[in-house]
Amino acid sequence: MRLTQGQFSFMPDLTDEQIEAQLKYALSNGWSIMVEYTDDPHPRNSLWDMWSPPMFDLGEDEVDVAMRDVRACREEHSNLYVKVVAYDRSLGRQTSAMSFIVNRPDVEPGFRLIRQEDHDRVIRYTLHSYAGNEPAGHRYGSANGASASSNGEAS
Amino acid sequence: MSTTQSDGTKSKDRWASGITPYAEMGYWNKDYEPKVTDVLCAFRITPQEGVDAIEAAAAVAGESSTATWTVVWTDRLTSYEHYQAKAYSVEEVPGTPGQYIAKIAYDIDLFEEGSIANLTSSIIGNVFGFKPLKALRLEDMRIPVAYVKTFPGPPHGIVMEREYLDKFGRPLIGATTKPKLGLSAKNYGRVVYEALRGGLDFTKDDENINSQPFMRWRDRYLFSMEAVHRAQAATGEVKGHYLNVTAATMEEMYERAEFAKEIGSVIIMQDLTVGYTAMSSMSKWARANGLILHLHRAGHGTYTRQKTHGVSFRVIAKWCRLLGVDHIHAGTVVGKLEGDPGMIKGYYDVCRERYNEANPETGLYFDQDWAGLASVMPVASGGIHAGQMHQLLHYLGEDVVLQFGGGTIGHPMGIAAGATANRVGVEAMIQARNEGRDYYSEGPDILLDAAKGCPELDAALEVWKDVTFDYTSTDTPDVEVTPTSA
Repeated sequence: MRLTQGQFSFMPDLTDEQIEAQLKYALSNGWSIMVEYTDDPHPRNSLWDMWSPPMFDLGEDEVDVAMRDVRACREEHSNLYVKVVAYDRSLGRQTSAMSFIVNRPDVEPGFRLIRQEDHDRVIRYTLHSYAGNEPAGHRYGSANGASASSNGEAS
Repeated sequence: MSTTQSDGTKSKDRWASGITPYAEMGYWNKDYEPKVTDVLCAFRITPQEGVDAIEAAAAVAGESSTATWTVVWTDRLTSYEHYQAKAYSVEEVPGTPGQYIAKIAYDIDLFEEGSIANLTSSIIGNVFGFKPLKALRLEDMRIPVAYVKTFPGPPHGIVMEREYLDKFGRPLIGATTKPKLGLSAKNYGRVVYEALRGGLDFTKDDENINSQPFMRWRDRYLFSMEAVHRAQAATGEVKGHYLNVTAATMEEMYERAEFAKEIGSVIIMQDLTVGYTAMSSMSKWARANGLILHLHRAGHGTYTRQKTHGVSFRVIAKWCRLLGVDHIHAGTVVGKLEGDPGMIKGYYDVCRERYNEANPETGLYFDQDWAGLASVMPVASGGIHAGQMHQLLHYLGEDVVLQFGGGTIGHPMGIAAGATANRVGVEAMIQARNEGRDYYSEGPDILLDAAKGCPELDAALEVWKDVTFDYTSTDTPDVEVTPTSA
């Protein structure tokens, strides 16, 4: 399967040039940039690991600084999910303004849907990530899947 | 002895039995300066032949506040000046003889806290049938901050909805299950599953899908939630289906909402036809139980569409933001249903902004401070398709649900393909816009480029390429008439 979270998952994987164009758009709006990664792509996992603290103070012409973090995170976690988040602190928003995946594992095993039959035809559903069978740090096939410092538990 | 009042009438004459013109009873005061705590209304009045416009405006003020048709001495037991609504401005509508915009101020004491039912019973309760008027329309209403703060507002609002769904930076996309009527529960679930796995965020019950003999509500809920969870497993994304809880009684609405919650739905919906009190109750329930609340504005066209009669949709949108819904249908500009671009922008601004400035081009007569009340996600639904993506983004912006019903389910390659076409269309347009392209004029090229790698979008562009709904709007701003379609 292909995980379709994020703004551009139905487009072909973004090239570096395309990622830079999106970063430029974010910075031109005054948004800060965050790079996050995970080996637990459950749709309810709202806490991907942060690659570094949010980049609050980048100017419009500092796309390369943000891109450096994107590249570094992708290298360190080449077989994990990595996303770029642009954060809008303005009054009335104070939430993410953009979110798109910039790296994904070679093989995406996806999710098992577990059904628990209950009273009167009610079914209780649970999603279980196949990769989540392995402990954190050993998912998605390789040891470089997650850094040693990863505290990503879950699933 | 008689004393002269501020409006020039003699108090002795004022209280003589019989009929006194409303304007002379204190309901017209051209020098009145509205207080920041007053509710202000702008009415479009069309008086009968021979009826003076100021007297007509005063009559509206009177009949929507303390007056009755004749003088009553029991007024004198009250501080009636305080409770009387005051018409303070009457202006001719430019270029439209016989129509006037009357502005009327109501003291906040006239209204019960947090009750749209009470507000509407006062303001539109009696007066629309009043004989001296040929026609009457409530164009806009300024709700003072003091009154805004007595309302809960949306159960969650746009920000919470996006965080809950984990979807940012693009319009959400959905589809209404079609055919509207007749599908069995299992077939219905099939449509929901195909549309969601193909790439839509949401599917939706239609307004008239409640609990009919061909498909009872509980069966529909169960099969729909199987579809939602299957699609979540297939995509790793949060998905939702608006389960319609509209029913004959409040007890049944609660029963359906509770069941939707029990089986794990993220969202429910209700129809405008259930009424303001029922909607307010569901709003409270939705916040307490964590479900997003969608509102389908079924029936609104009966009183919002004609320019001289009824209540403008911008007022309905204000009431619904106050009583609290998370989604509201607010027009498409380019689709099959009524909607002038300026008017629609006004409705969207009412839903989404923290502060609306008066603007004749968008039909907003007053400044409106929302006092931190959460924003409502507008929904564009009815006759829209992937080929219009650049126009939809241009007119409606990013915080909107684009509902492609026929534009998904009518796709020649199937429902999932229709969903994929819409998702690729919206992502391609957002990507191009962010890259700095002039997406509005280059829109068709952007879509054709994206279609090169996406046969589903290619087919959608081909089959619907000539579909537009280019009719003149009924409800337009007074300042200028703009064509409906780009």
